Amino acid sequence: MLTYTIQPKGLVSPGINTCQGCMIDVIFRNVLDILGEDTALVIPPGCAAQFSGCGPESAITVPGIQGNLENSAAIAAGIAAGFRFQGNDHTQVVAIAGDGGTVDIGLQSLSGAMERNDNILYICYDNQAYMNTGIQGSSSTPYAASTTTTPAGKPVGSKDLIRIVMAHNVPYAATASVSHLPDLRKKVKKAKEIKGCRVLHILSPCPTGWGYPSAKTVEIARKAVDSGAWVLLEYENGKVTLGRKPAALGDVAEYMSMQKRFAGIGEDAVATAAKNVTDRYAYLEKLAQIG
Amino acid sequence: MEMQQNTPTNTPKKRRVLGPCSHVLVAYNTGSWRMVRPVADQEKCVRCGICAGYCPVAAITVDKKADLMEIDYTYCKGCGICANECPKEAIAMKPEGGEN
Repeated sequence: MLTYTIQPKGLVSPGINTCQGCMIDVIFRNVLDILGEDTALVIPPGCAAQFSGCGPESAITVPGIQGNLENSAAIAAGIAAGFRFQGNDHTQVVAIAGDGGTVDIGLQSLSGAMERNDNILYICYDNQAYMNTGIQGSSSTPYAASTTTTPAGKPVGSKDLIRIVMAHNVPYAATASVSHLPDLRKKVKKAKEIKGCRVLHILSPCPTGWGYPSAKTVEIARKAVDSGAWVLLEYENGKVTLGRKPAALGDVAEYMSMQKRFAGIGEDAVATAAKNVTDRYAYLEKLAQIG
Repeated sequence: MEMQQNTPTNTPKKRRVLGPCSHVLVAYNTGSWRMVRPVADQEKCVRCGICAGYCPVAAITVDKKADLMEIDYTYCKGCGICANECPKEAIAMKPEGGEN
């Protein structure tokens, strides 16, 4: 039983202690708006844990469990198996984890769930570091970005989660960005209709960790898509479809100059980052041409 | 088949609670964080609803049919995303507590 002390907006409480300018609320509101009340959430520790609540308070009106960082996909798979045993084939089991809980710590359980093709929807909101614990670098942190564990800029690039997911032959996987909400909603809608392990990777810029004014969250996310630093794509039945084409592919200089985490990096680092971005896009384009 | 016994670990008088359980839907007073408040110019606003979609706390209501654009300041954190994204620049961020 859930006691309502306030009127929720959609299925999410309106006042959540996420930072000023954080768009995780928007991701939750849009995802739950589409999936509806027939949903069970698994949320590991991280920024999103404020939705499942600490103590008796909750910020969502659907059932949720806060697991551990390393096993959110395993918990979700277990819940899905329980539902299957009960003959319940309509409740959506959704795991919403950050990049640390997905690409670093939770990767093995996600990999297992993808291998078994458990009937779950796994959503990774990617703010490209462990923002909740004080901006430690994760394996999703991009090249040259400064975090508290990589103060001089990360010397290596980031893990490519969507390509790891594609290697598991899941029925549906997609990347999305908080700047392109209709696209995000379309992908969640599509994922809802499909059975099996579905993965969504959503870019969610972090004003605190990336170092930019809170008003610029959507602008930065849009710049990331336009420069190719974040590629919108869909993977369905082994076929890759690229979404919105970057308006200025490889033009990451402006995108990086807007963020304090890239402050003070040299021109050669910007050139390397641009090359990484263009090379990755060329690779994905080739993938999209296959089959 | 012999089943494993399901013995409660707690004393029978106590209720077995499996963990901390969230049962109250709350909202925090995030409106108190606000340093600047969004003020909409109703003349410039074309009721496109872009600000309402991007607002993290869903504080903005836009209804094109009713020709309505409202900002609820109870939970508005004053992040300024609405003002930054408005294509008509109809929202201005004004210092909280100052003159409007």
